[in-house]
Amino acid sequence: MKAWNRFKSSYLLYSFKRDPVAIVSFSVLLVLVVICILASVVAPYNTYDTSTFDLMDAETPPVWMEGGDESFILGTDIQGRDLLSTMIYGLRVSLLIGVGAVLLQAFIGILVGLFSGYLGGKLDSFLMRITDIQFSIPYLIVAIFTSAMFMLGYGVGRYAELAVPLLIIIIGVSHWPIYARTVRASVLGEKNKEYVEAARVIGINRWQIMFRHILPNTLTSVLVISTIQVAEAVMSEAALSFLGLGMPITKPSLGSLIRSGFEYIFSGSWWITFFPGILLVIFLLVILLLGDWLRDVLNPKLYKG
Amino acid sequence: MFAFIIRRIIQAILVMLVISLVGFLIQHSIGDPVRDLVGERVTPAEREVIRDQLGLNDPFYTQYFRFLGNACKGDLGLSFFYKKPALEVILSKAPATLELVICTSIILIVVSIPVGIYAAIYPKRWLSRFAMAASTVGVAIPVFLTAIALIYIFGVELNWLPSYGRGETVQIGGWWDSGFFTWDGLSHLILPSISLSSIMLPLFIRLIRAEMMEILETEYIKFAWAKGLDRKRVWFVHAFKNTLLPVITVFGVQLGIMFAFTILTETVFNWQGMGFMFLEAVERSDTSLLVAYLVVVGVIFVVVNTVVDIVYGFVNPMVRIAGTK
Repeated sequence: MKAWNRFKSSYLLYSFKRDPVAIVSFSVLLVLVVICILASVVAPYNTYDTSTFDLMDAETPPVWMEGGDESFILGTDIQGRDLLSTMIYGLRVSLLIGVGAVLLQAFIGILVGLFSGYLGGKLDSFLMRITDIQFSIPYLIVAIFTSAMFMLGYGVGRYAELAVPLLIIIIGVSHWPIYARTVRASVLGEKNKEYVEAARVIGINRWQIMFRHILPNTLTSVLVISTIQVAEAVMSEAALSFLGLGMPITKPSLGSLIRSGFEYIFSGSWWITFFPGILLVIFLLVILLLGDWLRDVLNPKLYKG
Repeated sequence: MFAFIIRRIIQAILVMLVISLVGFLIQHSIGDPVRDLVGERVTPAEREVIRDQLGLNDPFYTQYFRFLGNACKGDLGLSFFYKKPALEVILSKAPATLELVICTSIILIVVSIPVGIYAAIYPKRWLSRFAMAASTVGVAIPVFLTAIALIYIFGVELNWLPSYGRGETVQIGGWWDSGFFTWDGLSHLILPSISLSSIMLPLFIRLIRAEMMEILETEYIKFAWAKGLDRKRVWFVHAFKNTLLPVITVFGVQLGIMFAFTILTETVFNWQGMGFMFLEAVERSDTSLLVAYLVVVGVIFVVVNTVVDIVYGFVNPMVRIAGTK
């Protein structure tokens, strides 16, 4: 209750209420996330259950077009699945991988940044060298390359089974340096402040100082980059799936749905590409807008990468 | 300055060593050169003999140094599918990708500089607001969606522009297949380079606008106004020249990222470049070609990054002083 009152009178909520763009993007994001969580209730069909769809229904256009079927509002995809349900499940997969990958990135990056910034010395230069090296190669290339290697190593069938955890690992490992640099920069700013010195003087050990005293004070910048990172992770996942290195078409994410639709675009079935594409753009756009707003409000000194 | 260059070059070599180690590890753990050579129908005993001959039973580090030595001589192994040296295959595909990147860079420069300057000089005009709104939305549109939309509008519906392959090419100097010298080749370049530039444009417009606005607030610009200089002279000579510094650095970094996005663009447009070759190699399990691609792309990144840093160091003394601890 006390926390709620503090939140109610906070500057964050105050500026949120005065910014229509933030309110709209937050509501859209909230609706999309709730739909994802309740996918099995909201979606008209369960697209993972092969008995619910029939190849005979394949490429049915949306309901308002000629040849549309009322049971498929946005039409069907190439396998005869209801496109709306497939999109909802697809967004759920994209969101799961995006959030999972960002949690992994944050975990690696925060650990590296904390140790590097607080302990300093040789460890710092070693860790920062690694970060520099990975930073000099674009993360998308790293992600594309690692996923290609996993695919060759495991074989296409096995890769398809393990796709979700593998993609979380691939995208997580390919994009952590930004966290490491941001956290290190704020740790360097915090570690000479009086409260840290006071903690040291009363004999608290360095692990506690690092994780209980310094870490909470770096979380503002972590929060700000995290929103942008989720968008980038979802975008990477879509790109990988579009290249055929991500989710298989039996459990499609938005990217693999777009890929499968693209093969049929020349025969006029534009909706298989169009609707998932629009959903992906809206989803990314609201996250990016929220990220911009958060950065302006919290205004932490971010590491400019 | 000399120390700065040396330091950057050492770092570049370090990065290349790491990349080559990763490449070697991949070849070591995934590829099977014996299968590539003789196929599946050979007895295990004969395989063992071939492994010995190829030196595959040598200790790990001997093999790595052999790989490294060969790589320095330009020998990156044989492509399993093409039955040719992997480097040769990549170089034959490189012109297509390079032309795409060159075209995209031209579009980037021609569009982002005027738009960015305009949006900085007249931030309140509706055209500037439109450009800023468009670049916000533009960031959220993945490159393959832009490409598909362009293909659908201009290739399928309107049928104005070709959307498949490179069209007619002319060979220059024996190995460079160029699409720059025929109308057909040029028209094939339009859609891919527009879609590739669409992901970079928002970033550059915002960057140029932000830098330009910051500089227009500085004292020396105010002084230039006070001197009564011509408006165009203040904008384009005094202010714009100083926005170029950060733009050049970001451009260098983005050039590397652009190579990553060529894989996506080339897939959509069936563009026979390095990115397309990469995905084909994944489908064919052509490990040595993949490793060669990794090394070549790594060299490109490292060289571009190092050159940009050094040029930047020449232009801006603050960097090389800040670099020394």
